[in-house]
Amino acid sequence: MSRVFVPLVLAAMVLFASAPLVVAGAPFEQTMGLVQKIFYYHVPSAMLMFVSAFVCGIASAVYLFRRSAAADRVAVAAGELVVLFGLIVLVTGPLWARKAWGVWWEWDARLTSSLLLWMIYLAYLLVRRFGGPGSEKLAGAMALFGMANVPFVYVSVNYWRTLHPKTSVVMTLAPGMRAAFWFCVAAFAILYVLLLTLRKRLEDRQATVEQLYLATED
Amino acid sequence: MRQFLRVAWVVMRKDLTVEMRSREIVYTTVFFAASCVLVFAFALVREGRPLEDASAGILWISIAFAGTLGLGRTFERERHTETLRALMLAPSDRPAIYVGKLLGILVLMAIVEAVLVPLIGLLFHAPIFARPHWLVALLAAGTLGFASVGTLFAAMLVRARSRDVLLPVLLYPITIPVIIAGVRGTAAIFQATPDEPMARFWAALLVFFDVVFVTLSLWTFEPLMTE
Amino acid sequence: MGFDFDRLVVDDVSRHFGRRRALSRVSLTCGAGTILGLLGPNGAGKSTLLAILSTLLAPTSGRVRYGEHDARAAGPMLRGRLGLLGHDLYLYPELTARENLEFFARLYGLDRPRDRVDGALANAGLADRAGDAVSGFSRGMRQRLALERALLHGPRLLLLDEPFTGLDDASGRALVNRLRGLRDEGAIVIAATHDLDLAEGLLDEVAILREGRLLAVPRAAGPLRERYREAIVEAGAAAAREGRAR
Repeated sequence: MSRVFVPLVLAAMVLFASAPLVVAGAPFEQTMGLVQKIFYYHVPSAMLMFVSAFVCGIASAVYLFRRSAAADRVAVAAGELVVLFGLIVLVTGPLWARKAWGVWWEWDARLTSSLLLWMIYLAYLLVRRFGGPGSEKLAGAMALFGMANVPFVYVSVNYWRTLHPKTSVVMTLAPGMRAAFWFCVAAFAILYVLLLTLRKRLEDRQATVEQLYLATED
Repeated sequence: MRQFLRVAWVVMRKDLTVEMRSREIVYTTVFFAASCVLVFAFALVREGRPLEDASAGILWISIAFAGTLGLGRTFERERHTETLRALMLAPSDRPAIYVGKLLGILVLMAIVEAVLVPLIGLLFHAPIFARPHWLVALLAAGTLGFASVGTLFAAMLVRARSRDVLLPVLLYPITIPVIIAGVRGTAAIFQATPDEPMARFWAALLVFFDVVFVTLSLWTFEPLMTE
Repeated sequence: MGFDFDRLVVDDVSRHFGRRRALSRVSLTCGAGTILGLLGPNGAGKSTLLAILSTLLAPTSGRVRYGEHDARAAGPMLRGRLGLLGHDLYLYPELTARENLEFFARLYGLDRPRDRVDGALANAGLADRAGDAVSGFSRGMRQRLALERALLHGPRLLLLDEPFTGLDDASGRALVNRLRGLRDEGAIVIAATHDLDLAEGLLDEVAILREGRLLAVPRAAGPLRERYREAIVEAGAAAAREGRAR
């Protein structure tokens, strides 16, 4: 266990223990009241989902072009986290939408783009699982292409939406909310780093086991 | 550079020659595309009137489905004779082989679209001659975007398990911007008063997509195809 | 014709697929004008080794050198000096014999493609069937055509995976003569085969693979079949002893 790991775990625990208090202490938003507070979970998760998508894409590129097995391990960890945080986004989004607009799903540009990105990385995991031998490279290409696709997805979904006029979500943060918001972002960010490190470590261990297994045959 | 183009041309010519012998893929893919149109027509047309913009959507969905089918069948043929290995053994830049295969797929899809567009015009009274150069531009840019990613994925899936289902699983999410742009651009053209600036916007987006993804595919073809 | 080499060096090459060890620390050397036979039971790793030598597969450890050129560093030029006749023959059944050869000639950028193709067809004894689709050929005919395809560009290193399967007596002997001719011209020929009788008079050197490892070949004179069997049996006994000792 690296030296930074234990402090990181402690920090995450502290942050998450105090997060509900911070969130409860933040002022109520005028129109939506209590329900709006789900955003303290929704937005950081979305930010980290995108960050993870880029981490996965870049790691996959390094794996493909430099043939670095370590990069592939980072990629699979990041890919799983995209799906995990994406799930949080896609569950909290509709929950909020139901209360705010009365419908479970809105073809909101950001939510739709997130759904698309989520599906791309879900496909990434599917390929790794069911592609058979050599599927790491296939998945790597998928992650790279998915990352390159992010701007196109955003632009096309955004302009596709304007033809179906619906209210978009524009959040302006009142000063009191800002503290709570950034607190949650920090908490989620630390959680992300923890999970990524743990997952990569698991992959590292697995790779070591494979190597040992092969070495016994010599 | 000349060698690159020569290799691509030779590969494309070979693919077209092989296909012309039996014409199996061309016939079945065109027929499949036409069936798609019919299925969607029955689903989306009520009392003889199609939903607004249905014709554009049906056109592009059929292109996507037929394209996936054509890609799968073309590479299944290569897999059957393991000739992709022989191609990889050639002393040429490997991306040239990718370009050759891509050109062959583009020809196939052009044939499919040449049948689909008049069909859509006929069945849905779509004004396909309203702004023909925009329509052609959208179809060309969109097909290139779809085919460039599709050819790469289909080639790399040749040696994978579950390749039949994995191709659509991988291809569709990545090419959704192409579908969105194609449908919205075509719908803009098919409107009562064609919206040219809108079509130009979507066509430009497609061109950007093409540039980015053809480049990416050329870069990643060799690392992906070598073990 | 810039790139060439006169010696093939396989240095401690291993290759594994997940947990399965296909090749384990194989080392061998081969000079120009040699025919090396790659023998061994099924699943011994012969095809894997051939795939690595043809640059289609990369070893997970160890290196392969063609002359002074390392396999990884050498680019497309190296592939122009290699010929592979795989188990699958790499022929397009829908095309005619001539079209198949012409495609590969053009793909390889060879000069005077027409002449080379005519020569190849004559060598294969298929000049009269040049305009027929390959789908109608027998296995033996396809094999001959595939061999000529592998030789079209005059490779320095020729790799053959089970070249004698499906060949009748006459074709088999014709192939033996062809390979001898190539060897005399200075090519390196590596053939993986099960056909020990045909290989008998043909092979200059022998490498026996078993479960991914290279076995020592008994130097004793005697028919190839006997030496092969001895080596395999000895290896099996050694493995059993090791198992008991643990």
